[in-house]
This record gives sequence, C-alpha cells and structure tokens, in this order.
Amino acid sequence: MTARPWLKIVAFLVGLFLTVPTLVVIPMSFSSSQTFRFPPAGWSAQWYERLFTSPEWTTAIVNSLQVGAATAVLATVLGTAAAIGVTRLGERAKGVATGFLLSPIIIPNILIALVIFSAFLRLGLSGTLSGIVLAHTALALPFVVIAVTARLQGMDPALQKAGGSLGASPWSVFTKITLPLAMPGVLSGAVLAFVSSFDEVVISLFLQSPTAITLPVQMFNSVTVQIDPTISAASTLMVLVVSVPILLAQVIGARRGNRGRQR
Amino acid sequence: MTTPPADGGRIELTDLCKRYGTGPLVVDNVTLDIASGEFLTLLGPSGSGKTTTLNMIAGFAEVTSGSIRLGGRDIAPLPPHKRDFGMVFQNYALFPHMTVAQNIAFPLRERKVAKSEVAQRVERTLELVDLTGMGDRRPDELSGGQQQRVALARAVVFSPSVLLLDEPLSALDRKLRQSLQQEIKRLHEELKLTFVFVTHDQDEAMSLSDRIAVFNEGRIERVGTPADLYRNPGTRFVARFLGESNLFDGRLHPGGLYEWNGHKWAAPATSPATSPDGAPDGAGHERDLVVRPERLRVATEPGQVPDGANRVPATVTGLYFQGTHQRVELDYGGVTGTAVLSPDAAGDDLRPGSGVTAHWDPAHQVLVSRTPTP
Repeated sequence: MTARPWLKIVAFLVGLFLTVPTLVVIPMSFSSSQTFRFPPAGWSAQWYERLFTSPEWTTAIVNSLQVGAATAVLATVLGTAAAIGVTRLGERAKGVATGFLLSPIIIPNILIALVIFSAFLRLGLSGTLSGIVLAHTALALPFVVIAVTARLQGMDPALQKAGGSLGASPWSVFTKITLPLAMPGVLSGAVLAFVSSFDEVVISLFLQSPTAITLPVQMFNSVTVQIDPTISAASTLMVLVVSVPILLAQVIGARRGNRGRQR
Repeated sequence: MTTPPADGGRIELTDLCKRYGTGPLVVDNVTLDIASGEFLTLLGPSGSGKTTTLNMIAGFAEVTSGSIRLGGRDIAPLPPHKRDFGMVFQNYALFPHMTVAQNIAFPLRERKVAKSEVAQRVERTLELVDLTGMGDRRPDELSGGQQQRVALARAVVFSPSVLLLDEPLSALDRKLRQSLQQEIKRLHEELKLTFVFVTHDQDEAMSLSDRIAVFNEGRIERVGTPADLYRNPGTRFVARFLGESNLFDGRLHPGGLYEWNGHKWAAPATSPATSPDGAPDGAGHERDLVVRPERLRVATEPGQVPDGANRVPATVTGLYFQGTHQRVELDYGGVTGTAVLSPDAAGDDLRPGSGVTAHWDPAHQVLVSRTPTP
C-alpha cells in the first residue's frame, strides 16, 4: 500500500471537524467562571456538583436513564421477535415487512412527534414517562431489527432443523440455538436502542411535562431561561453515557468476530 | 446403543404427495416400503422431489396427502422433535457455540438423560466415529470430514430407529468423500438402523445402498438393488442416470426384430426386461435399446465380429487409457456412446477418427420403456 499524505490530512481534518465541538465542551465543564469562556480561566468541579445535586437536573438524569433502559428492553424484545419473524417470511412479504419496520428512520422525526403528540393527548399518555418510552421504542426498533437480522442472515437455516431433528421443541431451539447465536446482534441492538433514546430531543420535547422531563429536554429548557455552564457538565455526561456503551460494544464485537474467524 | 425392535425402523410411505400453494406436485404419489435396518437411497437430479420426500419424513415439510408410517404408527401429524429420527445435513449443521461434546450431548439433554449417562454415551459415540479426545474442540477447529463425523455421532447418540442423511457428502472433496462413505457403511452395519440417504451422486448410491429409489419429476421411477437397476434399468431415464449407456431410440418389431436408423438387430423375447412393466410388446412399441459400456466390443475389421452378434458402424472420437481399462468414445452417426475395454483388447489400429464396428451379444442388451421421459 502506498502512503498518500493528502488522504491522511483530509481524514484528520474531517475527524477534527466531527470531534472538536465535543472536546471543547469537556474542558469548559470544569471551568471556574460563571460564563462560557474558552479556554477556561480557572478549574473547578462546581458545575458537576450542581448537576448532581440540584433536583431539576438529577430528576432529568434519572428520568433519562429510566426511559433509556425501558426503551432498550422493549425495543430489544420486540425487535428481536420481529427480526426472527421477518427472516421466515417469503421474499415479497419480507420486503414489505422490513420497509414498515425500518420506516421510523426515514420519516422526519418532527412529523412522528406531531402525530404521536396528538394521539397521546387523546390516550392520556402525553406528559408521562411511559408515553416517552413507547415513542422512543418505535424509533429504536429499526436499530434492533437491523442488528439482529444481520446475525440471523449469517446463520445456517439447517441449524434450527438440526435442533428439531435432535428432539428439541421449537422453544428449546429458540433459547438454546437461535438466541445464543443471535446474541451479539441482540446486545448491540440493545445498546443502540438505549443510546438513541438517551439523546432523543424532538419527541421528548413534545411529550414533556413537569414530571416527565428527560436530560436533553432539561438542557434545552435551561438554555432558554439563562445560560449556565451546568449545561456543559450535562453535555459531558451525555457524551460519556452515549459513547462508552457503543465503544464497548465495538471492542467486544471485534474480539468475538476474531475468535469466530480463527481456524 | 441397543438394537432397535425388529420392525421399529420400518418406514411406509403411501401415496405421498407434496404441493406448494397451487403449484404442481413436487412429490407425486410416492409409495415406498423401507424395511427396518435397510440402507435405502433416494437418488435423483436436483428438483426431482427426493429432498422434499426426506423433509416430509423428517417433518420439516407438511404432507399434502398420503401417509407416513414408522413402525406401523402414523407419524405425519407429529412435529419433527417428536419423530425420533437422527438427521445429518449437507453442511454438517453443528452448533458453532457448543463444543463437540456439547453438540453430541444435545439430543440426550433434550431427552433429560441423567448427567453421568450423558458423559458415558458421548464418550462411547466419539469412539464409534473415531474422534476420541476431540470432545473439547469447537466445530470450527475441525476439518470438514471430522465435522461430518461429529454430525453423524450427534445423530445416532440417542439411538433413534432411523437415520436420515441429506446429501451428507456433497460438501466434501473426493478423497474425504470416499473415506466417509466407508465410515457411513460401517456405521450402518454396526448400528443396524434404517438409513434413508439422499444423493444425486449415482456412484455413492450404488456403492452404499441395499436398495435405490430413482426419482424423476416427483415420482419414483424404479426401486431396486444397485445391481438390479444397473442390469435392468427399465426406463430410459434410469438407464441414463444410473451408469453409462449406449442408448438407441429405434423401434421394436414383432418377431424379435429391433430397428434403429436402418440397422436391424436381433431382439429375442428372452432378453431381460423386454417388458419391465409387464406391458405386451406389440409391434412398434416404443422401446429404447440399451447396451452398457462393458458389454460393448469394438472390431476394427467387420470380419472380426462374431456370428449372431448385433453390430453398428461407429467412429472413434476419443481413446482414454486408464490403467485397469480403456475407454473408447464412439459416434454412431449423431448418437454418442462409450465402450469400456480391457487394456489390451484393441490393437494399434484403434485411434481417434478410425471407423470401427461396435458389436454386442443380444443377450447383453436391454430394452427400456421411453416414457416417462424427462
């Protein structure tokens, strides 16, 4: 392979463009001043103290973690079941079903938010955390379906037949053969579902109420009232909660992939 | 592993049919009685219905009509896991997330066999397929041949009454295929189970089976022992599919005369299989005349042909010396054929392009029916 210096430079610049805004937020969250100034004049952990002690921020963090976890569980169960169902359909039905399942990715979020808002108003789900969980589950479903389907498609269909021929009931085949083999896809689907819920703003804004505020919504609200560096501490927390699980999943996934390949 | 009861492994297929949706019959009125302990092969080209038939026996495909009995019991309504068949697949279908021993233990665990007995039986079965000490390996650490032996072990460890094998050797290379053929044959002799073996490979079918059922377009065209089917194929399809043949599509005239392309040959009524299906041999009856390659002789001078032999002029198109024998490719004027001769049967006059006379003893020809034709 020949070294192409300009390619490296462009890649480096693009990388910088994508990460610098995030990386600026982290030092700012440790600033000692009351205003946004970069670089910070001095260092302190006061904004983290505020983030983890003031009730409006702690409630938002707990809400977001709850909503994210519930969304991950719901979307993973439904998405895995859907993926298994879809792989058993005929070619035509498979295309239609996959289209429906993946549609939340394509349809503009603001549109989904409006429709869900009006529907949930009537159902009494607006302004509740369960309402937000349900809406986030719909949005997160495609991630799970894609991740699990990819695993299932690489699986020899004869494995399930073999299970049956060896005396395993369909449930036994599912729990002992299909699910363990699909597990890497199921786990990465769960991580993506959690993350997509944790940093979702549009729908959470529409469905918010004083008792149902998620962290991104609290960040948005705090900025409209007054600019306060707590938001940079909250941003840092967001970056951590979102990127750590994804990086972990990638590392574990890569290791598993290597083990599967060695002969 | 205990010997199954005398009739426990008998499979009776009666008027078995399979149709997907409103399509044509993929399996068309298949009736077959497989004896307990028999090695029966379903042989046919792809799409002939042999795999669908096996899938119906295993329970993976629903029966459209007809019945499947195992040891006298109707099993058509049972799901696969209640049929108690071992099955071996083309691509091994070993569970990649389990070790070899866990794979083999799987059917025992599903049957709630006691732990100590599971370990014992796994060990014994590993020994049976010559894989002692391999129990802790992962399937992807084994060669293709070893993987298929694990699959065999897994399919017999729970002492099923029947072993179904779905083209188990087609993913392996030639050499491995032969050694695994012997392995399968030995297992069959040792375990005395009923083996139902699906393949499209006629050599495999011939060397392994007690009986072969030849499939064509969803129907069983002929059932018989390998030698029987080879000597007496009965139909044009079987003659072509099983072994090589010199096949002439002429007409049978009354009085034991066969005419092809202006050549007139003796076709005595005593020659085997003149009427395989018992139909009368009337004048102009549609029959093909088949001569197997090893029955054909080649004379470089017409005078060398013995009296009473049937003869046809031919052109040599290829000559292949193969040690134990030599193959002569022949052209009878648009129709091609083959003769297999002993290595010193023909002199130096035999070379590609030379005109010869092919001849055979009328007792060595067989007449086969033309219908059903592919």
